Amino acid sequence: MKRPLDGITVLEFSQYLAGPYAGLRLADLGARVIKIERPKGGDACRQLATKNMWADGDSVLFHTINRNKDSFAANLKDPEDLELVKKLIKQADVITHNFRPGIMQRLGLDYDSVCEINPSIVYGEVSGYGEVGPWRDKPGQDLLGQSVSGLTWLTGNGDKPPTPFGLAVADMLCGTHFAQGLLAALVQKKRKGVGAKVCVSLLESIIDFQFEGFTAFLNNGQELPERAKVANAHAYMGAPYGIYKTKDSSIAISMGALQKLCDAISCEGLEAYYDVDTQFEKRDVIKAKLAEHFLQESCAHWLAKLEVNDYWCSAVLNYDQLTQEEAYKVLEMEQTLVREDASVTTTRCPIRINGKKLFSSKPAPKIGNANAALTEEFGL
Amino acid sequence: MSKPLDDIFVLDFTQFLSGPVATLRLSDLGARVLKVEHHEKGDLSRSIYASHFNIGEQSAFFQAINRGKESLSANLKDTQDLELIKKLVARADVVVSNFRPGVMARLGLDFDTLKAINPQLIFAEISGYGREGPWANKPGQDLLLQALTGLCDLSGGEADGAMPMGLAIADNLAGAQLAQGILAALVSGESTLVEVSMMEAMLDFQFEPLTLYYQDGEAIQRGNVNAAHSLVGAPYGLYKTKSGYIALAMGAIPKLGELLGCEPLLEYIDSSRWFAERDSIKSILANHLAPKSSEYWLSILEPADIWCAQVLNWKELVAHEGFKVLNMVQTVTDSQQESYQTTRCPIKFNDEILVSSVAAPSLGEHSEKIRNEFA
Repeated sequence: MKRPLDGITVLEFSQYLAGPYAGLRLADLGARVIKIERPKGGDACRQLATKNMWADGDSVLFHTINRNKDSFAANLKDPEDLELVKKLIKQADVITHNFRPGIMQRLGLDYDSVCEINPSIVYGEVSGYGEVGPWRDKPGQDLLGQSVSGLTWLTGNGDKPPTPFGLAVADMLCGTHFAQGLLAALVQKKRKGVGAKVCVSLLESIIDFQFEGFTAFLNNGQELPERAKVANAHAYMGAPYGIYKTKDSSIAISMGALQKLCDAISCEGLEAYYDVDTQFEKRDVIKAKLAEHFLQESCAHWLAKLEVNDYWCSAVLNYDQLTQEEAYKVLEMEQTLVREDASVTTTRCPIRINGKKLFSSKPAPKIGNANAALTEEFGL
Repeated sequence: MSKPLDDIFVLDFTQFLSGPVATLRLSDLGARVLKVEHHEKGDLSRSIYASHFNIGEQSAFFQAINRGKESLSANLKDTQDLELIKKLVARADVVVSNFRPGVMARLGLDFDTLKAINPQLIFAEISGYGREGPWANKPGQDLLLQALTGLCDLSGGEADGAMPMGLAIADNLAGAQLAQGILAALVSGESTLVEVSMMEAMLDFQFEPLTLYYQDGEAIQRGNVNAAHSLVGAPYGLYKTKSGYIALAMGAIPKLGELLGCEPLLEYIDSSRWFAERDSIKSILANHLAPKSSEYWLSILEPADIWCAQVLNWKELVAHEGFKVLNMVQTVTDSQQESYQTTRCPIKFNDEILVSSVAAPSLGEHSEKIRNEFA
């Protein structure tokens, strides 16, 4: 099947999550992505196993982010290996790295040097906090990025401590911005024949993510957002927006007119709060009453009443329940990758092209799996 | 300043957040983005989205999401307006929609029809749950997507129950994925249909916990003490100090014990215990860190290269030199000379930040100009 990035070659010096996540997306969209790895150990993510899960000697985490890629093993401190890498760069469209500031200069692989080898290269750089300022040498780690950015004051109830997002959200968003920047540079290269340097950082990405509330904050005298004390789901939303416990499980209640909600679930006593302003200002009072009411019956009971009245709501599912749903199955989101005796089932690319889901059965590479083939193909 | 997408024209039928956040990025990167808005109501996020926080007459959220764009008010059921739309399509590089499945087709604006007008066209669409299956017509609203995809098991601790993430993460990620798909199609230079559903974007977001679940089938366990990531062991989390909170990301537990003068941590030499016994370890740490200030602890941990940080709120963030050097805030001005501050594009090109001084448009602000330009 034809893919939009067929014919594009990416050299990935990036490790861990943000950079390789961008590389994965480019690979799924058709690019050929070659990881440039240290002969000993390779990408440090190979050894970073969450839940101690491994497949064929690499962490399962590494397998998921680096599927659909090749690996070229090179010691960048060895002049001969460095020459080979430069020959690859000469024929590549994109290179990406997330080394700390100064490392690529020392290797002679900074943007200016690489431009001399390949003037129209798209050169991508990921950092934690940008190249200047007091945080430039701080570790570019997800939880730390969340913590300094203010994000942890948006999740959880208002009387609870700051609560991080329970996933590497800064890494993931930064990876998507990275891919966007690299692709925009490729569009420009195609149209105007020029290369570009593209830089993103975890901090800029996680601030961008908060841009709606942050814009309100910047223009209203820096009034900080306050989380609802009951069923908080979004600091800037009024009642009833949130997740409530029912007799047997939880239910998600989206935005909508309070009267419509109360009528649908026969909840009396909130009549004084039906106008839109009050729904925000008195949200804790309203939500406390709703929380008490939802506890009386099962989730299915409430869903039936709400759906018939076209009020936006849903059950709250865990992975066991989700993966049993027909709506999940029809997406065919899973794919299985086999490498030697190990197999890893993981997700596919979330973007569909010309009505087709993008699958790829190519597993994450072993270190240097493509050295021989690339040596021949690129005349190294 | 030249920008990478300078000569790209995007016709944007989307509203609320998922679609507009994709076209915002294209606009940030230099594309001309024209919002086609309902002639009476406009983009509904002008009024009903976080309506207690306005800038001027419009919601601050709308003002943030639509900076730099133009607005055409149109009645898509009116033949003359539809004619104009088709003229615009003939000159557009990209059409974007986030109507529910089938709506564009009913308006006569489906991909096949538009491709007949413009054979080079890229047509991009966001849905809630994809076009097939029993949820196809369910509302694609962020909180519902979080609830349905298992995401509410990941934040907070076990005792918190189902906890949503406090921002519109599904909208943001679906928009980000759509922008990637559109850009890839522009790289190919070929007419392409690009589709993203919020649900697929949320499953992609959870690729790590989902992949582990596919292998072992085990339910997510968040732990109960200072929980921050279900799959990561101690010390990962936020800790209360005398002056605020600090974040501890990684670090060998005995080394932390030594540095912090916390003797009970010294016995946790076997690193497999850091995950298995994370609640016990984190309790010890939490009690130990509480009596002294964040500054005190960081002055010990930072020089020792322990991955740590102060937990800031927005006020503390914007006052910090580490934020100021980013020049992350830009001032935009509308046609009435009203200005407001918002963020800029998070991507830098050739070591320069990408800024624009153009505010979000009022409803139909560019209708006359567009009607003249494309007459």
